[in-house]
Amino acid sequence: MSQETAIRYQVFVAGNSPNSCQALHNLRLFCEEHLPDRHQIEVIDVFQEPERAMEESVLLTPLTIKVSPPPILKIIGSLSDRAPLFQTLESSN
Amino acid sequence: MPPEFPQIPALAKSRTGIDGLDAITRGGLPTSRTTLIKGGPGSGKTVMALQALRYGALEEEEPGIFVAFEEYASAIRTNALGFGWSLEAMEDRLFIFDAQPTNDLLQSGEFDLVGMLAGLEAKLRAMGGKRIVFDALDIVLKLLPDPASVRREVYRLHHWLLEHELTAIITLKTSGPNVWFHGEASLEFMEFMVDCSIHLKHETVDGVSQRILQVMKYRGTGFTENAASFLIGPNGLELAAPRSIYADERPVANERMSSGIPRLDSMLGGGYHRGASVLITGFPGTAKSTLCGTFAQASCEKGERTLFISFDSETNELVRNLTSVNIHLVPYKEQGLLKLLSARALTESAENHLLNIKRAVREHQATCLIVDPISALAKSSAKGLAHGVVERLVDWIKAAGLTLVCTSLLDEAGQQLEGTPLQISTIADTWIHLNYTVHAGERNRALSIIKSRGTGHSNQVRELILHNEGVTLADAYTAGGEVLMGTLRWEKEREETIAAQRAELLDQQRDAALEHEEAELKARLQVMQLELEAKRAEREANRTARSQVSEEKNSDQEQRAKLRGLDQL
Repeated sequence: MSQETAIRYQVFVAGNSPNSCQALHNLRLFCEEHLPDRHQIEVIDVFQEPERAMEESVLLTPLTIKVSPPPILKIIGSLSDRAPLFQTLESSN
Repeated sequence: MPPEFPQIPALAKSRTGIDGLDAITRGGLPTSRTTLIKGGPGSGKTVMALQALRYGALEEEEPGIFVAFEEYASAIRTNALGFGWSLEAMEDRLFIFDAQPTNDLLQSGEFDLVGMLAGLEAKLRAMGGKRIVFDALDIVLKLLPDPASVRREVYRLHHWLLEHELTAIITLKTSGPNVWFHGEASLEFMEFMVDCSIHLKHETVDGVSQRILQVMKYRGTGFTENAASFLIGPNGLELAAPRSIYADERPVANERMSSGIPRLDSMLGGGYHRGASVLITGFPGTAKSTLCGTFAQASCEKGERTLFISFDSETNELVRNLTSVNIHLVPYKEQGLLKLLSARALTESAENHLLNIKRAVREHQATCLIVDPISALAKSSAKGLAHGVVERLVDWIKAAGLTLVCTSLLDEAGQQLEGTPLQISTIADTWIHLNYTVHAGERNRALSIIKSRGTGHSNQVRELILHNEGVTLADAYTAGGEVLMGTLRWEKEREETIAAQRAELLDQQRDAALEHEEAELKARLQVMQLELEAKRAEREANRTARSQVSEEKNSDQEQRAKLRGLDQL
């Protein structure tokens, strides 16, 4: 794993709904543990920016997208299961 | 004080623009409520939902969003073009939201539909949306991990729809390869949740496709509960509107239409009634099509726009065959007065045929319709359905004021000798039956009028004669209670002709003799007249002579008296 490449995440949340808060919390914990200083997290609230949600065809929230490096991976849910997050790590190597 | 109940506004309905459906639901789908459309794959759910949405956006100033879970927006637009709907041009009023879940979606923990609803809410606000369609909602529900979350999300959606007062359509698949993985029962609760539920079915009966729509539930209003047939035509869904018991206030015409055979017209008391339905039944080869041809010719002659639908033969064959009995349809075809269509019974369901016939009538603006034979429809559907179709056709024809002439073929070994397979004889106004009579080694065509509503009609069986100079009915000769036909009739006619000739000859002879006698008498009269005149003249002369004599005699006497100096008396 090269130290220079940062992993960029976008998280679509539905305001302060429990699942959304949970997802943000879980993602931040994961990044701190496995990607210290090597991650970016962009939070998009679908209530604040509904156009972006439409553009991305966001159906289900919370939605976490690993934007870069490619390939793009999408995870729906509160991220209570870490397996998909590890997948984002592995695919970035 | 009595408790106060909240005021609930009267149920409003939103038209779908699908004629038959608006009739069945008595006005359309419930406004600001949710309608569920359930059906198998290819049953027409998407087309129906899109058609209603488009109608709202175009005609009712109710823009809307089509949430496409199953197909790409571009595919939906392309498919819509097939129905003549250009959705691209109305993007601001009908927005298609691409909402196909990607297969590479990873799952981790709990999630919900809030993201989509937030996006839709913003879009609806921006475009002033009033209607919304969720097409194939089952696709997105399938992503949810268990029935409990499905229930939760469906209620979330339902609540959201009510809150935003949207007239919504949700479509769901019921069977086929995409069966709901939790089992269909887990979506059953949606039937109870929504205000209106419509089921679509696409099935094959005897190898013929049949589409059926049925309204299962409609809160707060009456609706037609029976299943209605429909088809997906060139302009979207077309639904066979049910026969209404209220549709009876129709003007009735007394005008007569010629059957094309003058003697048949006189048998019917002047011809067929305008707006009547005429049924011609008979075995194969009894000249049913020929009677259709004579009617077509007579109608076109009077400038009536006529549509001739043949299930039996190709139109060119039909025209050629009719030419052999001096019926010439080609000029009318060229003038555009007559439209000939040939169809194959088995290619479509009876329902499709009905809708195609209706469309053809409208397109041609026909006032006369000929369907030869209408019994072909029985081949194309289960009999019960076909009968319904024929009944509706007759009903529709009446409502439209068209004159219908249709034929019905009977099997040579038909067990119902004078019945019709579709039982249309009861709803037809005039029923003409053609038959063969086999007598003295001949087969002759016999025509009889079994019934003709509203007209006095001859009850006698006549012989129908096809000739290269045309079609006629022969005078009926009755002998010993039987109508004579063919050679027997000819013999009888011949006999009468000879007798008449003999009588005429005798008459002439007699006339000549009388004339001779008359001339003789006249001559004699002339002679006698002359004699008479001679006699008169003789007598006159005689009288003159006599008076001269007597005058002379008198003067002689006076003279003599003077001379004699007689005393005056």
